[in-house]
Parts: sequence; structure tokens; C-alpha cells
Amino acid sequence: MYSYQEFDRAFVRARVDQYRDQVKRRLEGSLTEDEFKPLRLMNGVYLQLHAYMLRVAIPYGTLSSCQMRQLAYIADKWDKGYGHFTTRQNIQFNWPRLVDTPDILDALADVDMHAIQTSGNTIRNVTTDQFAGAALDEVVDPRPYAELIRQWSTDHPEFQFLPRKFKIAITGAAEDRAVIRAHDIGLQLVDYEGRIGFKVFVGGGLGRTPIIGQELVDRLPAEDLLPYLEAVLSVYNLAGRRDNKYKARIKITVGAMGIDKFRARVGETFQRLRGAFNGQDLAVLGDIQKSFAPPHYVEKSQESYFDALDDDIGFRKWVERNVSPHKHPTYASVTISLKGHGDTPGDASSDQMRAIADLSERLAHDELRVSHEQNIVLPHVAQADLPAIFRALKSIGLATANVGLISDIIACPGMDYCALATARSIPIAQDIALRYASREAEIGHMQIKISGCINACGHHHLGHVGILGLDKAGVENYQITLGGSAGNDAAIGQKMGRGFNVDELMPALDRLVDAYLALRLHEGEIFAETVKRLGTVSFQEALYVIDQAA
Amino acid sequence: MARIKAPVVITANDLLTGEVVYLDLAHRWSPELSAAKVFDVIDVAEGELAAMFSEADVVGAYLAEVSTESPVIPRHYRESFRHKGPSNYFHGKQAAKDAEVAA
Repeated sequence: MYSYQEFDRAFVRARVDQYRDQVKRRLEGSLTEDEFKPLRLMNGVYLQLHAYMLRVAIPYGTLSSCQMRQLAYIADKWDKGYGHFTTRQNIQFNWPRLVDTPDILDALADVDMHAIQTSGNTIRNVTTDQFAGAALDEVVDPRPYAELIRQWSTDHPEFQFLPRKFKIAITGAAEDRAVIRAHDIGLQLVDYEGRIGFKVFVGGGLGRTPIIGQELVDRLPAEDLLPYLEAVLSVYNLAGRRDNKYKARIKITVGAMGIDKFRARVGETFQRLRGAFNGQDLAVLGDIQKSFAPPHYVEKSQESYFDALDDDIGFRKWVERNVSPHKHPTYASVTISLKGHGDTPGDASSDQMRAIADLSERLAHDELRVSHEQNIVLPHVAQADLPAIFRALKSIGLATANVGLISDIIACPGMDYCALATARSIPIAQDIALRYASREAEIGHMQIKISGCINACGHHHLGHVGILGLDKAGVENYQITLGGSAGNDAAIGQKMGRGFNVDELMPALDRLVDAYLALRLHEGEIFAETVKRLGTVSFQEALYVIDQAA
Repeated sequence: MARIKAPVVITANDLLTGEVVYLDLAHRWSPELSAAKVFDVIDVAEGELAAMFSEADVVGAYLAEVSTESPVIPRHYRESFRHKGPSNYFHGKQAAKDAEVAA
């Protein structure tokens, strides 16, 4: 993992001191709310429905056990004993008092963390594959590049007031687990016959205008990454609209300009900027890469692992669902599901955070990840230690074997917390998980993603089944989309028809699930494949069968 | 957007804690909707709201429609959630109400 240098520490402490003074001036009345709001947002402090909310950056979703313990401490001391892990690999605290937020930021700085650029029209936390550095299908570890981008973009003077927020995702694996084509810039590391480079996508994004990113350039040499990114951001900064926030994202700029013209302008800017990068960025990258050396793998007898697979059906099911292949043959990556049936997706109590931290320190090389699916990952686990990890997780209620199943739902906070939401997401996710708990193995791989408003923080457009909560004449109403995908075949789901009220939604989902089980060719054909094979008409008919009967 | 209709209350979030508060009859901010001053004339409510533009103790004051019943209840579900707290944990105002019941 990357460790802060003196520069990083001094910078973060200075920002906390600056923010502490801003809070003091706000409370004294020398700053109005209009003056203060952009300052608190620059430090990740929002005002939500019931309280302030602090969004803490977890750079590319990577945490140490020490940092996880500090998050648990913050949850206990200044919040209500839990944290909410988000689709951008961050954590949110839902109940801090404004007056405490400077102390929280100081506590974060104690463990080399901060909340800078987790809000505002800047470059946000760079996200990546939760299995980075561990995945069997990985070509290149993306984390050093993500860290380089973090350092370049943090407090970048030119990009603090972009037309709109800006999100970058990067993957280095064959399978895209970082949803790169739903980001403003998506980066795919590729090995071009022994030479590492990038395929760059631009203009992806969800929200009210969902668009899958287009290829901007292929075979970008890795050493040109920062000047090229700077060129893209510079063109966007000048050409992006500032008159209408709904048309201010780069996807709109690219759409209006056309990808060819946008590419040409970026190319011209890149040629001009390239000379200003004198190699210092590559020297920094070289140092960063040393921080991401693989762990010292330990060879252990696997007898107990194979015995447990034979003897313990619960363990075997958990391995099948929650354990992923590792590049080291006797290791694996473990996904700790934060989607217990009936639980709030993405939430972990402080006790659970501490227990996970202990496990990571004891049995997983002191590394943790947050996935965009709102789960926690132990990236490096010896297979021999899997039974012990399963037992430990079971004792704290975190051994739910449901990764990729219908209850492994992405859900934004929705109207239970979010000031922008138009309907609730969390109770819908809870109801679905409970309703299908006994059938989810039969149903198989099905991704449900729920957003509580058109801003799509719950990625509903990309769900095999997407659910969007809206306000229809003062009543919560849920639209269903089908056919979305977050993987290599990223696709925006199609809206099926009128929305459903809360009491109509679960029966509609029952009809959808039953139709799938009746229509699939065999048990191995997952829901998304059946929809792709047949199209959405059969499922639309199942959803609206009552309408047709009426 | 449809024009807001009376009766209404004035609601905001407390500056220090972010808690949902309501303007009461004594022109103080109360955490209790039951204590809120109910305006039956929208122009009067808007006038009062405009006068507190620079209110120091709260953030984002606005008018919220309530029922004509007594005690008043919010007309929109968003305001009901603000009034009660989130539905996944008893961490909002419902926690304080539970504590009162238990005491």
C-alpha cells in the first residue's frame, strides 16, 4: 500500500486547520451559509435530511486494518456506531455534528486519510477493481496509476472548479470490475505485445442522461497518462457548459462536440502540454510502484481447506459465492458481503469493522478493499486460512454467501438520508433480500441495483434489473429497467413501462423472477443471458400482466 | 412546480447538529413538529420565511405543507421521513420518542 510522505501529511493537516477555522467562523456568524457551503463541501461535509453527512475518501478502495479501526473509532465517538460504504468505494458517516467535523478530519489525518475532493466540481476519488493486485485475470496492477492520478488531481489548481464533478475509474484486468465505461474517463491497462499502455474511454456516466463511454484513444503509452489526462480535463474545462448543471458533465460536451472533434482537440492540447511534463511524474510513479509490491505469500498445508470443502456445506457454498481466484495458486480473494438478508446494503457496524480489521491483520496481509458493489474484500488470503476466516465472519454475522445473487443489491441511501432523493431505496433492498432469501441459489446470478432518484448513485441503469425510485404525485413510485450490464458488455437498461407503487413492486418482481425461471434454457443460463437471448418483451409482459388483464 | 398550499410550517436544519427543526409559536426553533407554528395564509408564511433569510442558527429554511388535523402531520412523505427519521434504524427523531416512552 502507498504510505503518506511528509508532504502528504503536511498538506492534509494544513487543510484540516484551514477547515477548522472555517467552521469556527461559520459558528461565530462571520461566514454565511452561502459562503460556508462550498468550503464544507470541499471537505466532504454535506447537509442531508436528518443531519450532516461526512464522506471520507478511500483512495481506489484500499484500506489498512489500522485505517479500518480508525473508521470504527470515528463511528463510535462521533456518529452512531456504523458507517456506510458507497458505490464510489468511499465511506459515509450519516450523523456527525458540524462542530465535530474538524476533529473527525484530524482523526482521519492520524491514519493518513481525508475527505478532500469527495464533493464539489473537482476530480473525485479514483476507483478501481476491488481485486487489483490479486486477480488471476489481471494484466497490470492499476493501483500505482490510481495513486499517481490521486496525487496529480488533489488540489490541482486548474481543476478545482470544473463545470461539474469528474469521476475516473481504472482497471488492469481482463474483466472490468470497475465499471470504467460508466465514468467520465475510464482507463483500461493493456499489455500491447510487452508494452503497457491504456485504452481510454470518455463521456460515460449515469444520472439523468445515461451514456456508455466511447473509446477516445487506444495504445496510449503508459508514460503519457498524466499529460493526456490533463489534456482531456483542459478541453472539458474550457468547452464544458456552466450555464446548466444538467448539461455540464463531460458526456454532454463530448456528445455536443462529437467524439472525433473532441479527440482532435484533446490531441492538439496533449501535444502542447506534453513537453511540460519533464519526467518527474514518471519518477514519482516509479516510487509509487515500489509501494505496491505483492505481499510475501506464505505456503501452508491446504488439507484443512479441502477437508472443510468436503465436510461443511455452508463453507462450500460460501467459497462458491464469495471467494475469487487469485494470481497466486494457493491464495484467494474473499468478498465479505455487507448484504445480510434484511440488512442495509453497504453498512458495517463499528464492531464488524474492528473484527474485519483484526482478520485482515491476522490472516490477510493487512489489506482491505471496498468494492463498488458495497462489499468489503480481503484481497490476499491463503486458501488454508479460508475455513478460519469463514468461522470468524460467521460469528459476526458477515458470512452471507450471496455475492452476485439477487440479494447482493447495490442501493444508494435514498430518501432515508439523502436530501436529493425522491424515494427510498434501502427498505426496497431489504424487502427484496428477505423475500428471495430461500430462492436465491435457484435464481442464480442476478444483479439488482436501486437508486432513490434520477442521479443514479445506485447504478440502476447498469443493473440486470434496475429500480429507480421517483415521486409520482406525492407517492413513492418505482420504475424498472431491464438489460443493463456493468461488465465488459456495459449497457444501459431499458425502461419497461409505468412505475409501480410500493405495494405493487414485489408482486411485479415475483412475476419477473417466475418468468425468468420458466424461460431460461437451463440452470446455467443467468437472467442477463435470458434477457439478451429473448429480448425484454416476455419480461415486460410478465411485469404488466395485470395491466393487460384489465 | 406546483405552488405550495397552506397550511404550512417553516422547517430547517439546525446549524450545529443538522437536526430537523420547526419554527414554533415563540419564534424559536423546536425539534418537535407538534410545537410548530402553523400558517394558514401562505403569504404570511412566505413573509416570515423571507425575514429569516439571514437566520444564524439554522440552515436552509423552507415551507412544508401539513395537514389540517391536530396534531399536524406532514402532507408529503419526504417531510414525514424528516419528521420521523430513517426507516432502517431508529436513529432519528424516533429514537428520542422511544427514549421518552421508555422513561
